[in-house]
Amino acid sequence: MRFSDLIGFAWQVVRGSRSRTFLILLAMSIGVAAVVVVSSLGEGARRYVLNQFGSLGTNLIIVLPGRSETGGINPGVVVAKTPRSLTLDDALALTRSQAIRRVAPLIVGAGDLRWGSKSRETPVLGSTAEMLDIRHMETAQGHFLPAGDPHHAQPVCVIGAKLRRELFGARQPLGEWVRIGDRRFRVIGVLAAQGESLGFNTDEIIIVPVASAQALFNTEALFRVLVEAKTRQQVPQAKADVEEIVRTRHEGERDVTVITQDAVLATFDRILTALTLAVGGIAGISLGVAGILIMNVMLISVTQRRREIGLLKALGATGAQIRAVFFTEAVMLALGGAAVGLAIGELGQWMVGQVYPDIPFSPPWWALIAAPGTAVVTSVLFSVSPARRAARLDPVMALSRR
Amino acid sequence: MIRLTDIERVFTVGDEQVHALRGVNLVIGPGEYLSIMGPSGSGKSSLLNVLGLLDRPNAGRYELEGRDVTGLSDDELARVRRERIGFVFQFFHLVPRLTAEGNIELPMVLAGIEPAERRRRLDRLLAEYGLESRARHRPDQLSGGQCQRVAIARAMSMNPSVILADEPTGNLDRSTGQEVIALLEALHAGGGTLVMVTHDAEIGGRAKRRIRIVDGRIVGDER
Repeated sequence: MRFSDLIGFAWQVVRGSRSRTFLILLAMSIGVAAVVVVSSLGEGARRYVLNQFGSLGTNLIIVLPGRSETGGINPGVVVAKTPRSLTLDDALALTRSQAIRRVAPLIVGAGDLRWGSKSRETPVLGSTAEMLDIRHMETAQGHFLPAGDPHHAQPVCVIGAKLRRELFGARQPLGEWVRIGDRRFRVIGVLAAQGESLGFNTDEIIIVPVASAQALFNTEALFRVLVEAKTRQQVPQAKADVEEIVRTRHEGERDVTVITQDAVLATFDRILTALTLAVGGIAGISLGVAGILIMNVMLISVTQRRREIGLLKALGATGAQIRAVFFTEAVMLALGGAAVGLAIGELGQWMVGQVYPDIPFSPPWWALIAAPGTAVVTSVLFSVSPARRAARLDPVMALSRR
Repeated sequence: MIRLTDIERVFTVGDEQVHALRGVNLVIGPGEYLSIMGPSGSGKSSLLNVLGLLDRPNAGRYELEGRDVTGLSDDELARVRRERIGFVFQFFHLVPRLTAEGNIELPMVLAGIEPAERRRRLDRLLAEYGLESRARHRPDQLSGGQCQRVAIARAMSMNPSVILADEPTGNLDRSTGQEVIALLEALHAGGGTLVMVTHDAEIGGRAKRRIRIVDGRIVGDER
């Protein structure tokens, strides 16, 4: 039997029994569409998180005071070492590394911001001029913190776009004096609206020089040091340098934790990819169910088409040909179902995308291959038994007048 | 052409053994026209099934065109059926979703014959059996006589050496039946071997050689 004839013959069958074809296509396409939509939701979440992390900066290294370590002699007893605090001089010493381009110390606290009769509880960031470039921020008006000696507590501040709106309304904020606690700061700049990234809204913060923040919160200790390596290749070198420099300065104790952006990205990437695979797999179960439906329908079809199968055998069809006819039919239905399913999946994903435009929904490449692939493989597997049954039919019995 | 030697066919129905064929010996020469007659349950259909390689005898030897086909595998039997034997059934057995043309073409499709060659043979067969105007009709749009003409055209499409007809007129009215018999006899006149099972004495009587079968045994062989 020629391949084109096989296709033609199966096509006649598929076209001949419309409701049966429709049912199988429906089941198959729901399965495929479910996999596509669900996995594209997962993939969208993954890309969203990665984008958010990427927007924090490039070649970023984050230095945290303290080091998580398990110590002690008895198993189960955790002796946490008291972390030495990370100081401004520690941060500035990091610039000695050849691999490091910029360093921005960071102090975070909450302060009571007042201007005239208005007041507002707001996060206060203490940092230096470098922060602007490291964090990829932009000013909408005025300037960012001035460069210069970070030890010098200048009474200036930069405010977020939302703060500016809430506090000053239509008034010009530049040059105004605001109070944080008992200190006064002159507004020298307004940040461009950036929106939320990882739960931290830069539109609501106020940024002051790091020395001012130290005085304001009465602490020497830094919350973080943000470090930017010169190139991506130099990130590991920069990380090693940071650890080495801090160790020298802290009398041989490596009491900081250094996180690279790549490591965080890789972790999130792994977690979210695993999640996408898991939910995609769960959706894939429906494909298995569709396969069982195909088997049922095929078994019924073998019973209904006994006479036809008997006739084909009488006319000289071999067992292999009969099986091929049933396989072709199953593959054709599966491919049709997969195609319809992919279309429905794309549509569904587009609709979800309309509701959540911020999240870049798109099915991962493996889902686009795995979903139709699984559909075809399951339907072929599940049509093995009906096809064999058909091929084994005794032509005399099948043709017998009944 | 066909030589059956000591053919036995036994069916097991429940605990009972039913002998459908007992020691059948039959030699059919090329170009013969014979009818197999007998009461129902006499084994004439079993004999036809064995002749058509649809069923295997439990014992005995079957030679077709000098070749022993008794021990062939299912797939080899299918190939022999396809190339050498044409069937005409009482209930036509046309595939309902295929057109007349599609049904006639079926054995050629299974044999993997090229479309151009199929087309040539189809045109010839459609013309020969007066089905040109019905070529694109499906079986439910054809009369009984037309259906049986399609079935005969189908049986002839592979130029078989033997035509086996199982009650070919059993499902047709008298005049249509005569028409179909005339077609089959024309095949024989053209040199084909024709074996026809029937319980209609009038139709069976037209054959040059008349086999009578009772209880699985050949009891009469008139020429």
